[in-house]
Amino acid sequence: MSQKISNAGRTPSNTIECLNISEKKVGLFVTCLVNTMRPSIGFASITLLEQAGCTVEVPELQSCCGQPAFNSGDDEGTRQIAYQTIKQFENFDYVVLPSGSCAAMIKKNFIEVFKDQPEWLARAKHLADITHELLSFLVDVCQFEPNGIELDGSYTYHDSCSGYRALHVYEQPRKMLSTVKGLEHKPLNNHSECCGFGGTFCVKYSDISNEIVGEKVENVLATEADYLLGGDMGCLMNIAGKLNREGHKEITALHTAEVLAGLAPQILGGKDAS
Amino acid sequence: MRVNKPEDFYKNVSEALAQPDLKMIIRRTTDKAETKRAEAVANFPEFENARTQGQKVKDHTIKYMDHYLAEFEKNALAQGTIVHWASTGEEASKIVLDICRQHKAKKVTRSKSMLGEEIGLTHAFDNSEMERIETDLAEHIIQLAGDPPSHIVWPAMHRSREDVVKLFREFHADPTYSEEITDLVRSARRDLRNKFLTSDIGISGSNFLLADSGSSCTVTNEGNAELTITPPKVHIVTAGIEKLVPSMAHAVPLLRLLTRSATGAEITQYNTFHNGPKRPNDADGPEECHIVLVDNGRTKMLAEGMEAMLRCIRCGACMNHCVVYKHIGGHAYGSVYPGPMGSVLTPHLDSLEVANKQTHACTMNGRCEEVCPVNIPLPTLLRSLRAQSWDKKYEPLTNRFVVQSFAIMAKRPKLFQLLSSSGVIFMKVFSRKGWIKYMPFTSGWTRNRDLIEPESTTFMHQYKKIKNEKMKKAKKGGA
Ligand code: SF4
Repeated sequence: MSQKISNAGRTPSNTIECLNISEKKVGLFVTCLVNTMRPSIGFASITLLEQAGCTVEVPELQSCCGQPAFNSGDDEGTRQIAYQTIKQFENFDYVVLPSGSCAAMIKKNFIEVFKDQPEWLARAKHLADITHELLSFLVDVCQFEPNGIELDGSYTYHDSCSGYRALHVYEQPRKMLSTVKGLEHKPLNNHSECCGFGGTFCVKYSDISNEIVGEKVENVLATEADYLLGGDMGCLMNIAGKLNREGHKEITALHTAEVLAGLAPQILGGKDAS
Repeated sequence: MRVNKPEDFYKNVSEALAQPDLKMIIRRTTDKAETKRAEAVANFPEFENARTQGQKVKDHTIKYMDHYLAEFEKNALAQGTIVHWASTGEEASKIVLDICRQHKAKKVTRSKSMLGEEIGLTHAFDNSEMERIETDLAEHIIQLAGDPPSHIVWPAMHRSREDVVKLFREFHADPTYSEEITDLVRSARRDLRNKFLTSDIGISGSNFLLADSGSSCTVTNEGNAELTITPPKVHIVTAGIEKLVPSMAHAVPLLRLLTRSATGAEITQYNTFHNGPKRPNDADGPEECHIVLVDNGRTKMLAEGMEAMLRCIRCGACMNHCVVYKHIGGHAYGSVYPGPMGSVLTPHLDSLEVANKQTHACTMNGRCEEVCPVNIPLPTLLRSLRAQSWDKKYEPLTNRFVVQSFAIMAKRPKLFQLLSSSGVIFMKVFSRKGWIKYMPFTSGWTRNRDLIEPESTTFMHQYKKIKNEKMKKAKKGGA
């Protein structure tokens, strides 16, 4: 205690910043799809963030970003979910999500439901400022470059709509993937066209969604790539689910973080990544 | 004419998806429109500037709507135009029919106008003693076929060339037997030429109304608006009040945006500014000119915070780039305006109660907003309509129940984690070789796709385990 007082005004963190190893405290929001369906994406995110020099914590009391409620027009439900997300995450330096659409929800949409609540609006704005999509965070904020990752084969990339249009994630994953030895990129026709997932849309309008993803699958297959990579579990589940329903086993869907963290061989071998 | 209703959206969608060639026919046009628009934008470096300018012009005019309407009326009257005001579509179409009847018209020619469709003019004429002649080529096609329009720029988009060949052979007096597009166009021209010259009244829409001159601008590629307007004795313009701009200089940036966004052309073949009836020294032109200014829900939109939608210049880019529109086509929406802009407009023209399902038929992918030349935040507007219909409880009860239950869980993270873990166990029961083909309560998903098998436990479960082990080790090491 006495030491703390004697150091007051000298801001010890300056010394760290001078050495350019400013520590980044990151709160990882794993998202509900990763939590239930694909934990390996969460672990891959931790690995990458730590390699990039961050201290990562995963608050235990997290749930969902609130998109199902928001997109259904349930503003009150969205607010209820947002309250606790804000409380859980507002004190980190950065909040990172391995999903463009959940990141965009926090970055762009929370503020919409707090229009009439100035105090919460300010807190939501602060959270929006510190929130990032994983792949763009690694490149834009951490200037991270993966090292020593190898994967034989070729990949094609699906840009999720929220990542691509709302958050401008495009170059970042491609840049990092270009460092993976043995991995070749095959461009996807209509890469920025929606895959038909759309959260609740894909179950509400299952048949329209099916037509849309059917077309996406045609484009994906036409690349003859070995892997379909992307940054959003929702789109990947949708496209992979349609590929499998149509009996196409020749292409495997993986989250970009899984590849960059070197988890691909393990996953392809059929083991849980943790 | 068989017209779908907006409230039957689910049924309309099923019917549309069941049509084998519809998707392909739509794609032919929309894909081309997308490519050409992208080229036009790439060749027009000032596009973003023009867009901001266009938005500003529209916002300004909308803000001072009353002022510009008064100015427009004053200047139109000074030109000798007779100005009418209609607060509803019905009123507007009655005004038009009354004018026609006063002149004992037998034949009226019409150049394409979506507002005409909106106010029910086509129906009104078909139920009258007068003959309605559509002069736009695509409108001519759908008139022969008895279809409503399926797109705001290409109303006959849902008809293939083969359909057109058949229709022309059946209905044209002197049909062509060739299937070449130029021959088909010639056939339509032969059929329409005489009708242009013998029409009693010409009716057009308007792309822009210029307040400072009281004139109206039409944009076409076929010159049919000019032929609709000039030969008959009487010309009637019907226009929505949002078509107003202060002056020609304000219309120009919008014109540049409109053509590029609609067809990818730098400019359309015919851009005509009409200035009231024929003056003593004019070589031709109508002797009498009317303009019907239509509100039909527009001022209400202004009052309800939907003013951004009044910027719309009807270019159709949002539907050309909409994945949902591309698969279901325009008719499924069951209203005059389909696609993203239609899903925002129809609840105001009809009611949210009948047209709320369309507001949900969107993946929120944002492409429409990205291409809209006047920056209309279509997804945000759609979502605000969803919020209204949520408050009014228009959603099917099952949807409400699912969303609400999820929200109740999500705001209690401990419960949420517990249920996620149970969810994983439940899913495991139905998994075979890494995939779930069927599972109760997920038919929306598994009807068309497989579901990947989840890992053995949730992330949180695994993470806590690892963290505890680490802590134990650290304690041991420390001790
Ligand atoms: S909403 Fe925008 S993109 Fe759609 S028709 Fe109107 S102006 Fe064009």
